[in-house]
Amino acid sequence: MKFRETQLENGLQIVAECNSRAYAASLGFFVNTGSRDETDEISGVSHFLEHMVFKGTSRRTAADVNRELDEIGSHSNAFTAEENTVYFATVLPEYQDRALDLLSDIMRPSLRNEDFETEKQVILEEIYKYDDQPPYGAHEKCMEAYFQGHPLGRNILGTVESVSGLTCESMHRYFQQRYSPGNITLVATGNVDFDRLVENANLQCGDWEPFETQRTVVPSGCRQDFHVIHKASATQQYVVQISDGPDAMDVDRYAARVLATILGDDGGSQLFWELVETGRAEFVGVGNYEFEGAGILMTYLSCAPERAADNLCRIRDVFLNAERNGITSAELKQAQSKISSHIVLANERSSNRLFVVGSNWLQRRDYRTVREVIDSYEAVSCDDAARILSKFPLSRNTAVAVGPLETLQIAEV
Amino acid sequence: MSTTVLTHQFDNGLVLLAEPMEWLESAAFALLLPGGSCNDPTGLEGISNFTCEMVQRGCGGRSSRQFVDELEKLGVDRGAAVSNAHASYGGAMLANNLFLALEIYADLVRCPHLPEEQLHDGRQVCFQELRAVEDDVAQKVMNVLRQKIYPDPWGRVCHGSEEALERITIGDIRNHFQATYHPRGAILAVAGKIQWEPLVDHVAKLFGDWQPVLGEPLNETVNSSEYQHLDYPSSQTHIGVAFDCVPYSHPDYYQARASVGVLSDGMSSRLFTEVREKRGLCYSVYATMNSLKDRGAVLCYSGTSTTRAQETLDVLMAELVRLRKGVAEDELDRLKARIKSTLIMQQESSRSRTSSIAADWYLLGQVQTLQDISQRVDDLSCESINTYLAAHPPADFVTVTLGSQPLEVPIEVS
Repeated sequence: MKFRETQLENGLQIVAECNSRAYAASLGFFVNTGSRDETDEISGVSHFLEHMVFKGTSRRTAADVNRELDEIGSHSNAFTAEENTVYFATVLPEYQDRALDLLSDIMRPSLRNEDFETEKQVILEEIYKYDDQPPYGAHEKCMEAYFQGHPLGRNILGTVESVSGLTCESMHRYFQQRYSPGNITLVATGNVDFDRLVENANLQCGDWEPFETQRTVVPSGCRQDFHVIHKASATQQYVVQISDGPDAMDVDRYAARVLATILGDDGGSQLFWELVETGRAEFVGVGNYEFEGAGILMTYLSCAPERAADNLCRIRDVFLNAERNGITSAELKQAQSKISSHIVLANERSSNRLFVVGSNWLQRRDYRTVREVIDSYEAVSCDDAARILSKFPLSRNTAVAVGPLETLQIAEV
Repeated sequence: MSTTVLTHQFDNGLVLLAEPMEWLESAAFALLLPGGSCNDPTGLEGISNFTCEMVQRGCGGRSSRQFVDELEKLGVDRGAAVSNAHASYGGAMLANNLFLALEIYADLVRCPHLPEEQLHDGRQVCFQELRAVEDDVAQKVMNVLRQKIYPDPWGRVCHGSEEALERITIGDIRNHFQATYHPRGAILAVAGKIQWEPLVDHVAKLFGDWQPVLGEPLNETVNSSEYQHLDYPSSQTHIGVAFDCVPYSHPDYYQARASVGVLSDGMSSRLFTEVREKRGLCYSVYATMNSLKDRGAVLCYSGTSTTRAQETLDVLMAELVRLRKGVAEDELDRLKARIKSTLIMQQESSRSRTSSIAADWYLLGQVQTLQDISQRVDDLSCESINTYLAAHPPADFVTVTLGSQPLEVPIEVS
């Protein structure tokens, strides 16, 4: 396993974790842009653009792109998040050159108007689809309520109105503001020939024109708030709570994940025993998410509507108890062993490793081996967890409930 | 690709399968017991799932909390599920913890406490799962489709009904456990960084004296295959279409699999191209093969806005009918490349190998290595696929929709 990195003259960064024993090679272009880099008028453009990138270039039609991705037997896809957009393919090592040729070509898309109008329908269908399945937008609504106008509160897919109103010209403009080579990293993991990768990247991406890109980072913070959205056709009640957490540069993110595991992992956590094992809830979980300049802890609950108020009280009690009394060393040890094992298992696949290496590089310009990451989790102490709980109290949160209930009252402490 | 699958059948019927993958740090196991939802007695639908919930509430010398704590200390990423045929328990972990994990699971399937005082909580968990499926309407359509394409009990899903769950007693659970948790028909599949001989010895120690039970054959009832619409207040319509197909054990299985691959594998597949790429009709569309021991089906899905649902169904059906005319050389070449890379990439995951080898044994009574499958894929030709399609043309479609209005099912073009 060897880490390599370089940068082309136009600013494109190339990083790779090369493992000559791997069966596959994964390649991805990680673009440092997402919904936080949009304005309300063009909300959803990052994600729409991600779809349009597969619609052809000066050298290829949309059908050519799809056909060639299949010809090399690739497992390829793309996704858009709050602050990055990622295009990736996992292939057998002998297809490294073709995969790079294809991926680098689509990173300079034609963005043709007729494809734009057809794809707009697909995007609208995607929005309707998520509106019609659990948790019925509870996650997006809670992000919006928590971030109160902060760019991170913007819906990744956009809204029906914003997407309907998007034009091909505005997408071209957004592309020209965000897809500068200096704002993109080519990431590779698995059985990769790095020298060849750099040589080919130079040929295929070396002429991409660089320009300045900027991201506005403004402070965010939690306001205690509770919203109920009535969805008559739902059977279960879905509740999302968001509270403050460590941001992407904060070393406390390791302690935050350990804490989230102790309190709200989907098996064997405090909330699991209190709510799921007893059949009071279908699912409850706590997770930590880091961004540039902001971090959140998110709690998710799904349960029968008549149980929701009681369950929310119980969740609050679990949080308050942890904030007052901390966690035990036995809980800490158990969570650490669970996390370590999970990391080793997940990183056996080159394709999973791509996202870990890529997002770490995008967020921190840093490379860490699996061992180093595990060591960071093993170093977390009970005092660290207590500090996290006092700095980022889970009991202080913004919540959104969606489901059959028209009102939802939680008893005072 | 060079893999070996080792097998050993114990006198009591339990089959041990193992695929050593010494390049990994992990090991995974899957233990399949003949306790799937096809065995649920009429009136007690959901009992297999309820039993699966209850066996995890303490076993051997452990309470349910000790059971979970021990597995977590071993770093076992665990799961339990009930399919139509099996109750299955599995986990992935660092390889040196495998034997300890198997000891815990031996207690789980052989001597669970099935505690009466936890029956209420277990029942509530089953209710929650049942209610969650009500909200997952895409899955609901596919569940109903499965129930229509296969005779009962082969199309049953595990969640049962609220009335039946309400009725189940601890005595029912204990009887069901006795009847279905035994070694005859059980499969233990292991893959990862393992050594065969110590594994056989260890499994013999844990399961060798487990007593088999003779099961009774199940009676089949054919369901109506008429179009069914489920009324649901939504701006979306979910569409499921199914047709009969040869099973996994059939000599022509790979021809059938390839024809469905042309329909749905990859971004250049016919359904993705015609329904989504060219017309922008939907976000999700797919077709997939499903196989029982002696029969199989192709299950197709698409979900879209109600106003565009009729066109989506029409285009989907037209593609199924067009498949009768056969597949083209370039489509097959792409499919072969995709299947080959999938097979090779499976070698990066011990967990995915355990499920593949266990399914092979259940459906075929033997295990195919990755090389065997690779050879079968190499042997595919357009001619062999098209001969298959001529003999088994997609026909007699079963359709289920869910949404605010029913659709017109197109009359098939022959």
